[in-house]
Amino acid sequence: MKHSPALEPQFKIGDAVRIDNRTVVGHNRTPVYIRGKTGVITEIQGRMHEPSRMAYHKPGLPLMYWYKVRFQQRDLWPRYKGDANDQLELDVQEDWLLAPRGKKK
Amino acid sequence: MTHSAHDHDHAHGHDHGHDHSHDLDHPHPPQRDHDADEMSPYELLEEAVRSLLVEKGVLTGEEIARQVDLMDSRTPAMGAKVVAKAWLDPDFKKHLLKDTRGALAGLGIDIGTLADYRTVANTAKVHNVVVCTLCSCYPKLLLGIPPAWYKSLAYRSRVVVDPRSVLDEFGLALKPGVEVRVHDSTAELRYLVLPMRPRGTEGWTEDQLAAIITRDCMVGTAVPVVPKKAAA
Repeated sequence: MKHSPALEPQFKIGDAVRIDNRTVVGHNRTPVYIRGKTGVITEIQGRMHEPSRMAYHKPGLPLMYWYKVRFQQRDLWPRYKGDANDQLELDVQEDWLLAPRGKKK
Repeated sequence: MTHSAHDHDHAHGHDHGHDHSHDLDHPHPPQRDHDADEMSPYELLEEAVRSLLVEKGVLTGEEIARQVDLMDSRTPAMGAKVVAKAWLDPDFKKHLLKDTRGALAGLGIDIGTLADYRTVANTAKVHNVVVCTLCSCYPKLLLGIPPAWYKSLAYRSRVVVDPRSVLDEFGLALKPGVEVRVHDSTAELRYLVLPMRPRGTEGWTEDQLAAIITRDCMVGTAVPVVPKKAAA
């Protein structure tokens, strides 16, 4: 798994991405309900400090890219009751993003 | 003094137990009253840290009070003004959607440096609703202190899994064919919903428009409603 923060974003708008399903201890910003799920990047939010380190009074450097990722609700919740097109978006730090299964990044 | 710089829910000295800043008659979970319970461990911690900061000369009580006043001066009226302006001025709307910080700065609103802001626009096809499942991130510097329900576990967990039922409980019936898009604020980004301007508001002034843009409209749990009399 690649964790080196890049100067250029490693993903682009429209890319399908899978959220890493790793287990981490402590504060982080990747909710469990999206881990292992696949969505599509809708925005590149820029480089930001890493909150999972800042939570422990570290500077949160180097800066890392954040992406807005859109999921179909039905992909997140097998028994989702709403409409087929309902969506959920959230912002994910680059080192949690992987190429979807069966695709090489 | 138990009220202070921590993130609590209601205005000081009035309106206890009732946080409605709008006149829609739907129930929210009851607000906890400061006097009703013993202080929580976090409240005790806050008070201890605050006393120490004052005692050690890091901050003065006056500085803390001023900061509390500043937070209390931020209310949803500020956000309503921004939305009303976006409804009236297409260039401003474009700017707001592209660069929320810059557009707000142009109105003299400083959103600080702790988090950046994003605006998401409702359309005839998409209805946006904002939550912070991990804690309670909220565009405070634009909308003021969040309501207690926004921070409740019930809202934070249910609006993600079952947004339509939650919106229904808020009294919001979406038109068929409208997609719901939930925004979970996981990064150092705060989300503002730009609601759609309702029919029946043609020719209204900015102040008239702002009056129907409630806090909940900007979180996405409501949409602006034209009062029946005005719609005539």
